[in-house]
Amino acid sequence: MIEGIFVEGLIYGIMVLGVFISFRVLDFPDLTVDGSFPLGAALMAQCLLMGVNGWLALLVAFAGGVAAGVITSLIHNHLKVPNLLAGILTMTMLYSINIRILGNRANVPLLNQETILTQVTGRLTGIIPDDYILLVFFAVVTIVIKILLDLFFRTDLGMTIGAMGNNEQMVISQGVNPKTLKSIGLGISNGLVALSGAFAAQYLGFADVGLGQGIIISGLASVMIGEFLILKSNRIGVLTLCAVLGSICFYAVMYVGRYYGYVINMTPNDLNLIKGILIIVLLVMTQSKKLKKAAVRAVVKHD
Amino acid sequence: MIELKNVSMIFNQGTVNENQAISTINLNVREGDFITVIGSNGAGKSTLFNLIAGTITPTVGSIHLNDRNITRDPEYKRARYIGRIFQNPLLGTASNMSLEDNMMITYKKGFKWLKRSLNHSMREFFKSELVQLRMGLEDRMKENLALFSGGQRQALTLLMMVLSRPDLILLDEHTAALDPKNAEIVLELTNKFIAEYKLTAMMITHNMSHAIEYGNRLLMMDKGEIIFEAAGEEKKALTVEKLIDKFHQIRHKSFESDRTLLSEE
Ligand SMILES: Nc1ncnc2c1ncn2[C@@H]1O[C@H](COP(=O)(O)OP(=O)(O)OP(=O)(O)O)[C@@H](O)[C@H]1O
Ligand SMILES: [Mg+2]
Repeated sequence: MIEGIFVEGLIYGIMVLGVFISFRVLDFPDLTVDGSFPLGAALMAQCLLMGVNGWLALLVAFAGGVAAGVITSLIHNHLKVPNLLAGILTMTMLYSINIRILGNRANVPLLNQETILTQVTGRLTGIIPDDYILLVFFAVVTIVIKILLDLFFRTDLGMTIGAMGNNEQMVISQGVNPKTLKSIGLGISNGLVALSGAFAAQYLGFADVGLGQGIIISGLASVMIGEFLILKSNRIGVLTLCAVLGSICFYAVMYVGRYYGYVINMTPNDLNLIKGILIIVLLVMTQSKKLKKAAVRAVVKHD
Repeated sequence: MIELKNVSMIFNQGTVNENQAISTINLNVREGDFITVIGSNGAGKSTLFNLIAGTITPTVGSIHLNDRNITRDPEYKRARYIGRIFQNPLLGTASNMSLEDNMMITYKKGFKWLKRSLNHSMREFFKSELVQLRMGLEDRMKENLALFSGGQRQALTLLMMVLSRPDLILLDEHTAALDPKNAEIVLELTNKFIAEYKLTAMMITHNMSHAIEYGNRLLMMDKGEIIFEAAGEEKKALTVEKLIDKFHQIRHKSFESDRTLLSEE
């Protein structure tokens, strides 16, 4: 049971990496996530029910997420819609699309379905203690994705995307169209989110249109916790590691709240409130950290 | 090389906020020109640069590069042959990245692919170029640019722009936000690079003696028009006093307000 605490953090960690890309690298507060997460879950579930190979299904889910992100970027780029609204538009449309994908149902169970997880468990039984199979599997998956992202952001293209989030004018001055970079960035971001949704559906044993509700808040809280844990760095490898660690911490806390919250008379329905408060507290804490730093700098300057 | 034909720019046309920032300007920038641009606040100097760089499209008129009409080309496309430096030193580089990453991004114009070009020989090349700035930056390749001063960042932006060999460079008061010492250094570097690499340049400045000292042509702007131009020997013979007189002759405004308009220091 104890492994469950960390497994969720790893599965959702893939989503948190996606949120990290949009919010921190691109500086684009992208709410598409609430729709692309269940999109990944729905595509995965439907593919599995249709007998598609699990790994191929993952690819389909990823591609679906990429498409969702690109659509948000196109709405923002070409209709001059503010980024928040562009994301909300796509998210809203995805709600209907997700129900369609699930065959006009809001929930599709995958209980007796062969999934990647059942395959992996079958293959690793006896090699790794049963309780730890999923933990090891998801640790490997998330770390591989993290490393691939690090490699990507160290290429010329990846670095330029990173520069755009900080300074769009610089990218324009380099003769690169920032709209293209936004599409690529949001595509990758939502692709990862959908991938995370696809894994979550298999882990939970169902796909549900409601899976994405508030996921962006969880993602953001995880990113912020990660940033709080580790000192500021400009190395992409450290930043993505922070995101994953933040996710593990956040979902561990949520897990404890869900299963042991009754001790303090808390119900699972209180979790959304807790998440919101957590973000506010983190905001206040980072704010005061920044103020302190600014104060120190002012003193140094005076000397 | 770059030619503006009957260019006018009217902001918010047809509204109460209608504002004619540029009125029928004709300008031919020839290869090798170093043009200084002076004029009071709101004269339209930055707007002129925005038009040339493609940040905005003119209401009337057209812009040509070597006889090719580029009036409708977006800014990012023109940026491949037009380099630009702003007053704000933060606009040229990314604060959240290391010096070497910044240099890698700004070294080559155009879309970047999934390649990793930053390798040992690239780093050595960057270091050897940084030496020209004489700021010791070559020993700080891995440091975050947020740690660098405005002057260092502006000098770096200048160097990287020069390395990309643009057809035209636009400098919009690029030393105005720096302290006097750094401003002097960056201006000297600018002059050195323009001469060394035979660049074509336009430079906006509020400093009239700089406008006279540097370049081979001088433009004075007021209310969206080029009201006076001097080149060659005529420019060399100019003094600050003569410039103010000139402004007075043309605009019939009192001397006192001219001084504040064309601020001297
Ligand atoms: N994007 C814009 N929208 C509306 N009006 C603008 C815009 N940009 C400039 N203007 C107006 O155009 C006029 C010229 O402005 P511009 O920035 O070109 O002046 P400038 O000569 O660069 O002045 P300064 O020396 O203060 O930099 C001003 O009246 C300004 O308010
Ligand atoms: Mg200006």
